[in-house]
Amino acid sequence: MRGRQITCSGSRTHAVNATSVILCCAASFSLARKPAMTYPSKSTTNNVERADAYFEHGADIGVIGRGPTLEAAFEAVAAATFAIQTDLAKVRPLITVQVQFEESDVELALVRWINTLLSLARCAGVALGKFWLRRDGNFWIGGARGERWNAGHERGTEVKGATLTALSVCRVGSLWEARCVVDV
Amino acid sequence: MDMSRIEAINDWSWRVKRASTAAGAEAILYGDRELVAAMDDKVIEQLSNVAQLPGLVGAAYAMPDAHWGYGFPIGGVAAFDPARGGIVSAGGVGFDISCGIRCLRTSLTFNDLVPHLPRLADRLLRDIPAGVGVEGKLHLARADLDDIMREGAGWAIRHRYGDLADLPFIEERGCVPGADPMAVSPHAKQRQRGEMGTLGSGNHYLEVQMVDRIDDERTAAAFGLSTGQIVVSIHCGSRGLGHQIGTDYLVSLAKAAGRLGIVLPDRELACAPIESPEGQQYLGAMNAATNVALANRQILAAMTRRVFAHFFPHARLETLFDVSHNTCKVEEHDVAGHRRRLYVHRKGATRSFGPGHPDLPDRYRDVGQPVIIGGSMGTGSYVLAGTTASEERAFSSASHGAGRLMSRHQALRQWRGRELIDQLRERGILVRTHSMRGAAEEAPGAYKDVDAVARATERAGLARRVAFLRPKICVKG
Repeated sequence: MRGRQITCSGSRTHAVNATSVILCCAASFSLARKPAMTYPSKSTTNNVERADAYFEHGADIGVIGRGPTLEAAFEAVAAATFAIQTDLAKVRPLITVQVQFEESDVELALVRWINTLLSLARCAGVALGKFWLRRDGNFWIGGARGERWNAGHERGTEVKGATLTALSVCRVGSLWEARCVVDV
Repeated sequence: MDMSRIEAINDWSWRVKRASTAAGAEAILYGDRELVAAMDDKVIEQLSNVAQLPGLVGAAYAMPDAHWGYGFPIGGVAAFDPARGGIVSAGGVGFDISCGIRCLRTSLTFNDLVPHLPRLADRLLRDIPAGVGVEGKLHLARADLDDIMREGAGWAIRHRYGDLADLPFIEERGCVPGADPMAVSPHAKQRQRGEMGTLGSGNHYLEVQMVDRIDDERTAAAFGLSTGQIVVSIHCGSRGLGHQIGTDYLVSLAKAAGRLGIVLPDRELACAPIESPEGQQYLGAMNAATNVALANRQILAAMTRRVFAHFFPHARLETLFDVSHNTCKVEEHDVAGHRRRLYVHRKGATRSFGPGHPDLPDRYRDVGQPVIIGGSMGTGSYVLAGTTASEERAFSSASHGAGRLMSRHQALRQWRGRELIDQLRERGILVRTHSMRGAAEEAPGAYKDVDAVARATERAGLARRVAFLRPKICVKG
């Protein structure tokens, strides 16, 4: 199967003008015929246990991810977020999107990870179902796989973005737990 | 809500205890005891945080439909003075910049619609792009999007979506000044290219409604409303462009706050001084998104007219008004006898100019601005009119919706989309949606009593009730 790859680089400040403070999460887009990074088999299944993946928020939805590593917790948050939009089990991994950014604040890294994925998915018109992330110091490299929206996909509720509300990344017992509220 | 944390000013307004800041700013909630008691304690926390922001004028306000939001409560209003270090907050506007309601009054009555109702509902679902993953029928060149950001609804009219007669009845005549496409990231622009002319999902909707009751005959006449008349309400915003601007600036302003000497009580209140380069840049981007939202609703209004023309070739669908909910607008207000130029944040709140306001179109100048409180798909919505008192109460602001009573997650546990739609059909309400899950999340029982919200809005002096609209067709993404 030949997959499309969409890359997104957010590792530098995008200068809109001399006083810009925008940290661009998509300095460039490109389509490639082959994925540039290996898709780790360990992370290909992002099961979303609904009872554990969400917390209550009055207007929007709180999402939670847990895992043995920080990265795994972030992957689980991504899965919980995208499961709001569709049934992940029905999304075939035909298209790869890739994410890179630099962020020293782990909480803001969670927000940037989710928002970059949401943005890439919207630009490419794809539903994403599987997620992976690696960290090297302040550099975060990850991606996701999915396919273009089609009639076979359940239509849930569009997620506009991850917020800084109820945002936390911490260890809980032997696991990492990451959470925030997403605006829908 | 823990009622011991607030004190009654009167039956319709409440002051948060210990929220006053060194600058004397307070946190005020509007609503009757029952509505306020039902609010989450987070509303108090969030409103108190807003009251601590630099340059706040008067108080931070929560409308009667307020509920826990992010940064600001939904239903939050706050005005800032640039001359006193006032800020503009990306968190105070939110992701769905200029989300709002376009209301069209038609020349049709409900009896005209009856023979066509199911087919009209089907056609609206078919022709109005809605739902997650759905693209619009307009595909824009990059230059088009820059023009939309500068021109707003005027761009849509230039491209034959509606006509010039719509403009006086849109806030700021369909185009806010100060839009700066250069302050919008390329990614935000890319995200919007397939999304012009789309409704979205979640609480966004297109409803065909019947005027069920008139509460104020004189104002209803000025608004062109009468019992039995059909109106159409379209609730949506700036789509992907606004979402991405919110995303970009939320993080960048949160990081910049420390450098700019601002202590944020909640990082979600990410902000910058209005007069700073960062603040000006955000305002340029936010105004661009506002114009995109105004253009989007103009396009959707035109698409709705085309659907109606298929069934009713001679029907007129005129713009009653177009209101925005998530905004920061430059307005002049009287504060302690002085006219001041302020940046008024309304996060899930409607502008509510009273009679005589110079920004109102001639038709409405004697009665005040139309204010629309959108209710759930099973209950109804209200048209109200702005009051003179609203300026002193909350910088001319009023409620924007019924407000959620329970979370989406709770609603999903309680209702099934299919069953809900069947029940509503038995009550004469046709729901058309691409998302059964979304329908369950939007169950009427998940929302507060819209009658109570409208009544409290009136009694608090924020706006006065004019007409009640009952839903007949609801299209959701």
